[in-house]
Amino acid sequence: MPNATTSGGFWRWFHGFGSPPRFDAFARHSVPWLAGVTIVLFAIGLIGGLVYAPTDYQQGESFRIIYVHVPAAWMGMLVYVVMALAGAITLVWRMKLADAVARASAPIGAAFTFLALVTGSLWGKPMWGTYWIWDARLTSELILLFLYLGYMALTNAISDRQSAARAGAILALVGLVNIPIIHYSVEWWNTLHQGATVSKFDAPSIDTRMLIPLLVMALAYQFYYFTVLLMRVRNELLSSQRRTQWVQQLLVNEKIA
Amino acid sequence: MTPKRRQRLILVLLLLAGLALAVFFTLNALKHNINLFFTPSQIVAGEAPEGVSFRIGGMVQDGSVQRSDSDLSLQFGVTDTAQAVTVKYTGILPDLFREGQGVVALGQLQDGLFVASEVLAKHDENYMPPEVSEALKQANKGKYSDTANEAKQ
Repeated sequence: MPNATTSGGFWRWFHGFGSPPRFDAFARHSVPWLAGVTIVLFAIGLIGGLVYAPTDYQQGESFRIIYVHVPAAWMGMLVYVVMALAGAITLVWRMKLADAVARASAPIGAAFTFLALVTGSLWGKPMWGTYWIWDARLTSELILLFLYLGYMALTNAISDRQSAARAGAILALVGLVNIPIIHYSVEWWNTLHQGATVSKFDAPSIDTRMLIPLLVMALAYQFYYFTVLLMRVRNELLSSQRRTQWVQQLLVNEKIA
Repeated sequence: MTPKRRQRLILVLLLLAGLALAVFFTLNALKHNINLFFTPSQIVAGEAPEGVSFRIGGMVQDGSVQRSDSDLSLQFGVTDTAQAVTVKYTGILPDLFREGQGVVALGQLQDGLFVASEVLAKHDENYMPPEVSEALKQANKGKYSDTANEAKQ
């Protein structure tokens, strides 16, 4: 079996990218660009969704909450998948960067999930007639929020970093089964929440003029996540490795520059 | 990949597979509890509980809504295209309530009549501007909402 450090291609990239100094340089240079793209995408998506998209034939203007609610719900799930993958890498490769990614992702994912729950609830009152119902979609989404909060509580409760990383990784992986449940809940069981509009096999059942701002908003949310993730991971790595030579060196360079 | 890492990776995958299986069996066993409502066919077949509150879900039958002149009470048929159950309700209805739309009502069966204490509107997954909806209605002679709901089932 080839040794990981000497074998080429993917593994060399994988281990190289995982090294904190390399990652730090990458994050330092890409954050301003990512932040710029995020702002532009949010501007296009919000103006397109709130001003230019036509009103819905049934819901009127109220449907516009879709531009905040749906991308937030998607991101809540995407961030969780990233967190669980980072958890698996933590368990298998013991990579510090992976743990930093998982830790940095949890509050962001929790915020997205919370936003999806709140906006959905505010829409539910006038449209459905209730703020909340214990159907499979809403309940599994609430469980997702609790998984994020549980992950944050668990990793912060254990003071030893390695044990905290492993315990958190296992929790993140266990919670991963909830993700397909959230997605398919509206198909497997009968629920009050409507079925999938965009991510189904046949054409999306939404008018193109409404769909485009929605996709732009989804992209904006993703760029927002990557921007904040890189900033948070960088912080995390710098603080946990503040005694290492490369961080000291960086501090000296920053002072000179 | 070193043998040790490979071993740990296999362990992680086994954990996930075992967990997925356990959750699958649990959810399968709880299927009836997780479903939010009974369909009219299930109620007609006698599967719904008697003497306790439960939810019924389906479409409001076209032309079945009868409003009272004196108060907020009304009667309407809820159908899943195979069977229909008549629902009685007094109170304020959600914005989306109309004939041909999905509803979920909470209440009890009393002599074959479903007396509801709460009526919620179920929204479908279709979004379009009013003029597109009009054009579709013209093309389908007002059958749009029916075909959309049939396609879903």
